[in-house]
Amino acid sequence: MRRTVGALLRKELLVELRTLESVPGMTLFALTTFVVFHFALNRNSIDGDLAAGILWVTLLFAAILGVNRLFVADADQGGFDGFLLAPVDRSAMLVAKALTLLAYLIAFELVAVPAFALLLLGPPLGQALPGLLAVLLLGDLGVAAIGTLVAALTVRTRARDLLGPLLALPLLVPIVLGAARASSPLLSLGRPGALPARWLVTLGLYDLLFGLIAYALFDFLLED
Amino acid sequence: MYGKGLRALSIATIAVMAIGLGLVFFYAPLDAEQGFLQKIFYVHVPLAIVALCGFVVGAVMAIQHLRTRDSRWDLRSYVAIHMSLIFAVGALITGSIWAKGSWGHWWVWNEPTLVSFLIVFLLYATYQPLRFAIEDPERQARYASVFAITAGAFVPMNFVAVRLSTAYLHPRVLGNTSNLPPRMALTFVTCLLGIALLYATLCMYELTAKHTRAQLRALRRLTDVPAAGGGRLQTQPRRSRSAAPTLSSTTTMSARTAGRPGA
Repeated sequence: MRRTVGALLRKELLVELRTLESVPGMTLFALTTFVVFHFALNRNSIDGDLAAGILWVTLLFAAILGVNRLFVADADQGGFDGFLLAPVDRSAMLVAKALTLLAYLIAFELVAVPAFALLLLGPPLGQALPGLLAVLLLGDLGVAAIGTLVAALTVRTRARDLLGPLLALPLLVPIVLGAARASSPLLSLGRPGALPARWLVTLGLYDLLFGLIAYALFDFLLED
Repeated sequence: MYGKGLRALSIATIAVMAIGLGLVFFYAPLDAEQGFLQKIFYVHVPLAIVALCGFVVGAVMAIQHLRTRDSRWDLRSYVAIHMSLIFAVGALITGSIWAKGSWGHWWVWNEPTLVSFLIVFLLYATYQPLRFAIEDPERQARYASVFAITAGAFVPMNFVAVRLSTAYLHPRVLGNTSNLPPRMALTFVTCLLGIALLYATLCMYELTAKHTRAQLRALRRLTDVPAAGGGRLQTQPRRSRSAAPTLSSTTTMSARTAGRPGA
């Protein structure tokens, strides 16, 4: 299982490095969205609830771009067939794809979050960073689990570009809720508030439960 | 096997709902604060409870479908979710009316139950588009079951998460029946039973209709009769694409083994 996941993950990252299809697009989308928010809100700097909300909405929509593309090559170019022919555990594909999505998210947030601090955020990022990293990681884990399941569910449908976000957004509402509430005190002006542990626990539990659901159901999506 | 006991079920539903409505208007006391408006509670809350239970029932049926691969479980799951969606629209509309009456706004964001209900509704609203977008019936059924299980598990989690977000602002008052006066509680339970029976009856009707249509189609295929209606001449009934599950002919009749005479 571990070797299979490793091989699949290496293949995914190699493909992404050679084609640069997802991560640059997600990053650019996030940057453009920050600019759009600047003009839409007519504000030069934001903080607190508003900052947390805009950060998470932008990260989420950019993540959905990655989710939509996650299985496209496998569905269109026979990746699924090749994988099903190999005598390996099917869950390996779920784990590998979720890790791939997680890697995409981390890579694009490395640019998008500093850019957010530069372009829109009022208070300095440095003071919020340790707490924000924990929230980002928990949020990304959830997005990776849900995104992989939704991507696998919608990739072989007509209108997959439409169905993916429609399915993913309601499932991701609790993540946005938890992540935005947890990061809002970190991004407030003046002394940053404490990291709300309640929301971190909620996020962690939600990630865990959806990870288990995706693990239990993924096999059924790969049967033909 | 379908359609049996439909008449008894229908009569029981009508009777319980009539009794429930009678209790609502003539027996249950007027609420001290909200007055007559509070009576929408006897429709709104049962609708919401039954819709949510229906979603979870749909998920259980979907688990059965994935375990047994029997397309009848998929049909049951589809009907349960389909009917729950209709009930959910009713719950959202009545909830909105109640919110307008008691708080003066059609929509209130700091009522966590209402908000979670909307999120659940938005998620389930994609169930039929998802089915509709998959052409192969077997894969449609399988993917729909995966969706139904995921969404069924999402229902309680979502309620917990949204409730947490406002837990310290709004203490629950009408959360459980234990703090209702006994006359209100009796009325509420009767209405809940009535709505639950209505749900079961409508589900049974839809199941029967779907099953009958599948049987008719299988019979037609056996006898090769042109499709009725419209007078179009075609040798085999052309199926339009549909989000509804199709029972394969083997589960309805042994049409597959008989084959079409023309073939």
